Amino acid sequence: MLQLIARRILETIPVLVLVATITFFMMKAVPGGPLDTEKNIPQEIKVQIEAFYGLDQPLWKQYASYMGNLLRGDLGPSFKHANRSVNELIAAALPVSLELGGIALCVALLVGIPLGIAAAVRQNTWIDYLASTTAMAGICLPTFVMGPLLVLVFALHFEQFNASGWDFARDRVLPALTLGLVYAGYIARLTRGGMLEVLNQDFIRTARAKGASETRVVFRHALRGGLLPVVSFLGPGIAGILTGSFVIETIFNIPGLGRHFVTSVFNRDATLTIGTALFYAALVVALNLAADIAQAMLNPKQRAN
Amino acid sequence: MRYRTNRWSIRVLMSAALAGFVLVAGCSKPPTRVGEGNRLQILHKGNKSDPQELDPHIVQGVPEHHILQALIENLVTEDPTDLHPVPGQAERWDISPDGTVYTFHLRAGIRWSNGDPVTAHDFVRSYRRALTPSLGCEYAYMYFVMKGAEDYYKGKTQDFSSVGAQALDERTLRITLNGPVPYFLSLLNHYSWWPVHLPTIARYGDPYQRNNRWTRPGNFVGNGPFVLARWDVGHVIVVKKNPLYWNAASVKLSEVRFYPIESIDTEERSFRSGQLHVTEEVPQSKIAVYRRDHPQLLRIDPYLGAYFYRINTTRPQFRDKRVRQALAMAIDRKTIVENVTRGGQLPAYYFTPPDTVGYTSRSAIRYDPEGARKLLAQAGYPGGKGFPPFDILYNTSESHKSVAEAIQQMWKRELGIDARLLNQEWKVYLDTEKRKDYDVSRAGWIGDYADPSTFLETFLADSGNNRTGWTNAEYDRLLKEASRLGDRQTRYELFQKAEAIFLDEMPVIPIYHYTRVYLLRPEVRGWNATILDHHPYPYVWLAPRPEASLATASAAAQRP
Repeated sequence: MLQLIARRILETIPVLVLVATITFFMMKAVPGGPLDTEKNIPQEIKVQIEAFYGLDQPLWKQYASYMGNLLRGDLGPSFKHANRSVNELIAAALPVSLELGGIALCVALLVGIPLGIAAAVRQNTWIDYLASTTAMAGICLPTFVMGPLLVLVFALHFEQFNASGWDFARDRVLPALTLGLVYAGYIARLTRGGMLEVLNQDFIRTARAKGASETRVVFRHALRGGLLPVVSFLGPGIAGILTGSFVIETIFNIPGLGRHFVTSVFNRDATLTIGTALFYAALVVALNLAADIAQAMLNPKQRAN
Repeated sequence: MRYRTNRWSIRVLMSAALAGFVLVAGCSKPPTRVGEGNRLQILHKGNKSDPQELDPHIVQGVPEHHILQALIENLVTEDPTDLHPVPGQAERWDISPDGTVYTFHLRAGIRWSNGDPVTAHDFVRSYRRALTPSLGCEYAYMYFVMKGAEDYYKGKTQDFSSVGAQALDERTLRITLNGPVPYFLSLLNHYSWWPVHLPTIARYGDPYQRNNRWTRPGNFVGNGPFVLARWDVGHVIVVKKNPLYWNAASVKLSEVRFYPIESIDTEERSFRSGQLHVTEEVPQSKIAVYRRDHPQLLRIDPYLGAYFYRINTTRPQFRDKRVRQALAMAIDRKTIVENVTRGGQLPAYYFTPPDTVGYTSRSAIRYDPEGARKLLAQAGYPGGKGFPPFDILYNTSESHKSVAEAIQQMWKRELGIDARLLNQEWKVYLDTEKRKDYDVSRAGWIGDYADPSTFLETFLADSGNNRTGWTNAEYDRLLKEASRLGDRQTRYELFQKAEAIFLDEMPVIPIYHYTRVYLLRPEVRGWNATILDHHPYPYVWLAPRPEASLATASAAAQRP
């Protein structure tokens, strides 16, 4: 197991270098630069600012110096947020995204798994249809519809929540619901599929034949195997849910990481774009590894390998 | 068995429904930010986007101005109703008879927010910083009216004493200009001219370089009515009343909170749920709704800006000015502002906005499709035959797209020519326009200060903002001559002549003059319509009244 982890960590390094390199050159290739504004900047001023950020250097030198800084863990200064470093911006936004993502993940698991179990246990009854329809609705309703809809009902009509912001505990409710319900839909469908597969296996029949109660069969014997697809989905799923969502952060005006992903590209804030992309890549790799380990621990077949 | 599971799930469903019901209907309504703000004199303002910086010598944007206006005060400040210059840090000033030497007398006892006295030397040091090339102050050219500023900035001299800024003593500052600049005091209200506390900046790094941390909360030292208390990127910027401000006694607001809300829909919903006193914008689709249902909340103020189309005059089909005139004359601007933009914008028949400090162009474009067709025929394209199809370039925005579609249709209908729509993302669009790789491109220009020259000088031959390939020696000569004159009447006559040439040559097609359309709660007082959208905060206050949310107010209004 330790060997597996060590090998996987070593494999991560070329992936991250590749992500940094590709993002770096793509940001350099797009038309328009961080200093372009509607009003023309006099040439002599532009030269000064470019020199300050090292943009006057040949591309290979810029790349070398960026990678050199990266080795030291320095993601460089942001162009748009002129007196902040990318490290600082990520450090400030990450706790917000983690908090939102954490609550949304709880919502997703607490809604998705019971819904999936109920649907599988009562396959082809109204419970199954209701649960599957709800899950499908969660998946199909885009967050940019669900978010404003929740705001209209609970913030503007019933006036229980603020329409946007991140100041009070109650400001977490609507964005976490919006983000969580999408994932709940996926989790419900995966749980249902996984559970159905397991429930039809011989060992379940044996358990029933031995007289185990239905509750015991479902929660003790079937659930462990039935949740395997959910666990492998959670690797990339958690990375997505934790690093924030551009749409939800925009709808609710939340100072999380998701907005930096998108707005930094629009601002041609190359260092922030590479920084967030790298961070995201590292998180995806780490969580995939965690999912693999969890899966190995849950699945006796894989554990033997 | 089945029965037991059913009972279990029904129980769960029922408790969930009960919890939801209690949550929604049972709780008392939480207090709104606006209600709390009214009690405590805290103004909540939508501010569009995160400020790039809070260093007046580095920033360029409008959101930055909204915040800096609270933190720093210059020699003069603005009257809250019409923005004419009124005494700020200077209690009075003398102007030499030839209009080239301004002597400012600072107030006694004025202080920076850290307690240091504000002296004339602070101003001279600030000007020197802004003009030091290594800082890269993008608005340094605003100083070029001052004697020797351009030479110092361009490195022709290293001796700052050759620049026309001198501290005669602690409280007397003399500024010498190259010539009379009648709008000089208004120019001082542009943030590039604002003072900074150099010792503070030096404490956090090189004062003549970027990336200095002096603008962080706790570090920031200013001399304005408020001090910086909090700056959370993407979340909020809080400024609190500065007890050391010379006129602190008359500042009624205790705090202003600026929220960077990029999405206008989110901003509007926040306003409706009682989180904002004032928004930066209103979604286009909501203007009519507010006009009908809540006219008291909708503000439409004139704004010193023009929306126009640049024509690339280096393209063969646009070299003939008759073609450009025909394009301009075939546009029904009234239809555009009434049916497309719908925000009270004014149809633009000339470039400089009407009544810009008393100046309104006498020359104007006519809406005359018949005349346009004749001109196009004279240029060799009768009925639009043989006119090569071209692109209308615009940056991504629903509103730009709608305007472009309307104009595309008008040109097709009236002139029989084909224009295609070309949408590009903002930075790509800027790049395309600057490389002059376009046919026709949408643009906007907002005045930097209140004077017609801020509009007309954009199209000087050597202006980096021209971007049309059009030059005209007589136009340049008239504007350069106007810049040397002190007498307003004579200057305006020269502007009239220049604008007549401009409208005859038609390198750009004016479409409408901007308005600022936004939402404002009735509790906000002292918030006047001003053409630069400046609202000096010392004059703003909140008149507390029984809290009534927008939703409650509208429900009450609907009841018989």
